Amino acid sequence: MVTLPTSGESQQWVGQPLQRREDARFLRGTGRYTDDVPHAFALHAAFVRSPIAFGVIRSIDVRPALEIPGVIAVLTSADLGHATLTGFLDRDEFIKTAMPILANERVRFVGEPLAIVIATSRYIAEDAIEAVSYEIDEFDPIVAMDDAQRTPQPIHDEAPDGVLVDLRMFNDDELEEVLATSHVVVDETFRSGRLQAAPMEGRGCLAEWIDRDDQLVVTVSTQLPHQVRTGIAQALGLAERQVRVIVPDVGGGFGFKAVLGREEVAVAAAARILRRPVRWAEDRLESLTASFQGREQEYTVRAGFTEDGVLTGLAADIRCNIGAYSAFPFTCGLEPIMAATEFLGVYKVPRYASRSRGIASNKPPSNAYRGVSRPQIVMVMEGLMDRAADRLGIDRVEIRRRNTIRAEDFPYSGPNGITYEPGSYLEALELCAAQVEAAGWRQRCEEAAPGFIRGIGIANFSERNAYGTATMGLRRMPMTPGFEVAHLAMDASGDVTLTSGTCSAGQGHETTFAQIVADRLGIAPDRIQLRQGDTDLTSFGWGTFAGRSLVIGGGAAAVAARRLAVQLREVAAQLLSVDADDVELVNGHARVRGTGASISIDEIAKTVHFRSHLLTDREEYLLESHGSADPSGMFSNGCHAALVEIDAGTCAVQVLDYLVVEDCGVIVNPLVVDGQVRGGIAQGIGATLYEEASYSPDGQPLAGSFMSYLVPTAAEMPPISIHHLETPCYQTETGVKGMGEAGTIGAPAVILSALNDALRSRDAWLEHVPVTPADIQRLLALPTKMESS
Amino acid sequence: MKPASFEYVAPATVPEALHLLADDTVDSKVLAGGQSLIPLMNLRLAAPERLIDINNLRDLAYIRDDINGLHIGAMTRHTDVLASTSVRQMTPLLHEAAGFVAHSQVRNRGTLGGTLAHADAAAEIPVALLASNAVITARSIEGERQISVEDFFQGYFSTTLRADELIVDVFLPAMPPHGGSAFNEFSRRRGDYAIGGAAVVLVFDDQGICESARVALLAAGPQPVRAPASEGLLVGHRLDGELILAAAKAAASSANPVTSIHGSAEYRRAVIEEMVARGLREATQRAGV
Repeated sequence: MVTLPTSGESQQWVGQPLQRREDARFLRGTGRYTDDVPHAFALHAAFVRSPIAFGVIRSIDVRPALEIPGVIAVLTSADLGHATLTGFLDRDEFIKTAMPILANERVRFVGEPLAIVIATSRYIAEDAIEAVSYEIDEFDPIVAMDDAQRTPQPIHDEAPDGVLVDLRMFNDDELEEVLATSHVVVDETFRSGRLQAAPMEGRGCLAEWIDRDDQLVVTVSTQLPHQVRTGIAQALGLAERQVRVIVPDVGGGFGFKAVLGREEVAVAAAARILRRPVRWAEDRLESLTASFQGREQEYTVRAGFTEDGVLTGLAADIRCNIGAYSAFPFTCGLEPIMAATEFLGVYKVPRYASRSRGIASNKPPSNAYRGVSRPQIVMVMEGLMDRAADRLGIDRVEIRRRNTIRAEDFPYSGPNGITYEPGSYLEALELCAAQVEAAGWRQRCEEAAPGFIRGIGIANFSERNAYGTATMGLRRMPMTPGFEVAHLAMDASGDVTLTSGTCSAGQGHETTFAQIVADRLGIAPDRIQLRQGDTDLTSFGWGTFAGRSLVIGGGAAAVAARRLAVQLREVAAQLLSVDADDVELVNGHARVRGTGASISIDEIAKTVHFRSHLLTDREEYLLESHGSADPSGMFSNGCHAALVEIDAGTCAVQVLDYLVVEDCGVIVNPLVVDGQVRGGIAQGIGATLYEEASYSPDGQPLAGSFMSYLVPTAAEMPPISIHHLETPCYQTETGVKGMGEAGTIGAPAVILSALNDALRSRDAWLEHVPVTPADIQRLLALPTKMESS
Repeated sequence: MKPASFEYVAPATVPEALHLLADDTVDSKVLAGGQSLIPLMNLRLAAPERLIDINNLRDLAYIRDDINGLHIGAMTRHTDVLASTSVRQMTPLLHEAAGFVAHSQVRNRGTLGGTLAHADAAAEIPVALLASNAVITARSIEGERQISVEDFFQGYFSTTLRADELIVDVFLPAMPPHGGSAFNEFSRRRGDYAIGGAAVVLVFDDQGICESARVALLAAGPQPVRAPASEGLLVGHRLDGELILAAAKAAASSANPVTSIHGSAEYRRAVIEEMVARGLREATQRAGV
């Protein structure tokens, strides 16, 4: 027992800009990713992939490949028992279709796997790919969404018109009347291009059947360890217990890994069939053209405004090109549902109706990509605001101000059936607008060199995140995500192991979760180790996506930590012969309020483990707790502004400067939050100015490498200044809101707004992303309003 | 993305390399920096039977001043070209062009001889050498010959270099007094191959009249090309804004860029025009007239 000062604040870890614990290994190259996991005997897989976008498989001849020395097996759909994955929603508006693990009867996109080759090296496996021959009768492919109407051959027989999901979730009988009598109706069509998340680490896995444990152990790069387990178990006819999924470091997920791919299932199946370990690492060509894509959407909208610029109603027809299959487990309903439900953003829209469809095409299946539909809906809403402002002669900030949900409106219930908890929507807009003025951007616009044009954009938006079971249940997936359970155990040294069913894809959970737990246990965060990504080690959970990890996983950890703190205080009370209510946990000690008597937490841990006979009043042994969290979901919000410059000579666009106001509730670690914002904006700039997974009219991918799929580099990034507001959300004990997607959500809208500002002298608007130099050239070639009048 | 199997040899001397190249029973490819060849092999767009790795031939890595210009060894890395004071002072165009070559990782490996032999019409160095009126020395077991850069490029990714020849040296004439040069290119993302670009070398007399003009275009056709129509407008004249625009237009109309996902032929032609115009302005200014 030692005596501590009787008062003195405990170190508060939440809110500290702690360097990420993960950084040292990531930056030194000592992280361990799936393909780094050594295995002396692993065979290598490669996939024979269809060069044809759409057709019927007449034959596949694998025999020549089997003659190549080092080739162990070449498996086709029949060898896998025609296994499938089926991602579906249990609702009438959804047509259930299966995705075969290996193509069976039909091929539906270029890159679809026809067979899996297993060989002693990837080199030999790729030699074998060239030796496999096949006959495919081609159909005319469906590439653009409108192609579906003119092609007699449907992609899935179950959906003759190509529409796999057709949602009319929001209807309003009076909307047409309201629009008809509105002062102006802005009637526009917005489009966004197909994207690929392009994480540094592609997909990959290593599968091995272990007789001793009667288990298939699959090491895999994923955001969803338990859902990968379920999918593999279902596809291979195994019990959940018979599949163990281990997730090492993940080099970026962005939703691209919030899915189970057919390749991982095929590799697992091969390992089980051959009873030999098999590994596969996706190469960049496969990643860009044969994995998952997203964001190819079209919005036809009509928005009514009063003379004062107040929204009267909005009608939206939303179409999403969901590719050839419905992904497991989030389904091809993901983009249509989120677009329709969250369309209205931070604005008060009295009347709203939408139709939202997912249309099949001969392209890789779509899945979540950071922001899911929100980058588009914000682009559309902000585009409507800019158009209305222009037509009504109202300032762009002022028209937003007139429509934004205000502090006195909370809790606000919109026509989308969502109740909004407090946010700082108007405050963020005002702060952002003030920062634009303070930064002198207007002056900088006027100072553009001859041959250059500058413009300013602004976008005010929200980011719904941390969807719990109550919200997810409305989607009607056969399994409803949302809750998390955390376990804490303090060992005899006083170190704490935390397990969580969330699973970092590089966001820094090891650091931020430890900060939350540290505050509640009165110990330093470096005493807390987060273990994640192992279905045999953690409780069932739902992985990482949609800003859920720190809110729900961290919220569960907070509950577990609070409960463990109670245990520590009770043991301390026994050892110090005081009342537990008088014990507080401060700076590594249990301290008695007022007296200064204390005992170190390390000593408590040692006593509990090694001298438990001293603790006669304790019913339980050890120091273990668990906690859970299941919030319904919440909205972070933010406002972005961008200053862009167009080079009229080359039609190049450069983002010169960027301002962010972000409100994600309580900030656990400002470094991590700012990093998330910056990384998201980089991806948003990519989506707006550079990236597109383009296809030829016959369905051939045109962007198969980073020479053609242009991910922005540091050279394309503007300086970004970030300002914070904090409106806590107490759906969990931490007050935290999710914030991983805000950057990608705001950037397309704000850059488009800025480009339209720069081009305001032309009587034309950009209403799509990505904006290419050719688009700028077309607009610059138009007469200016002055010339034409 | 793994290459087909191949034989690998790494000769220690130039004569050894030349003997290997002389063996016409094997489909051989020379490996210099490997920044184009290795990706092509990984994508199985190239599958040579034998790779002759010349990275041990250190005596081909040099930058040597001459009274009339610079000799640069074929194995000189772009990074060393970029860092060289001699290059910057005597052949500023090559210095400027090297700065546009991809990123530092690529420049650390890529070589002058390698990019020349690869002859990509969108690559910077071949166009800079064309504008510089460089002379290429190729060697085989038969002996050595000099090839004017004018006669070197021969269509899409091909050159007049024989299969048994190795580029050993490139000579660049020094920029004369009253000369000015400029290298401009545009790519959507910094470090990428150009959508369009131009290398310009202008020499003026002491009255400020253009004595000679070399305008070479990037990504303007199957191979690095000059724009004689543009050059013809410039020689014998003082360069004013109007003439520069006319010369840029002439260069663009002689260009044959292809439509790609980075831009239509029409857009790429407009970019070339702009790059030529900027280059002519800069080169004129740098010449001090």
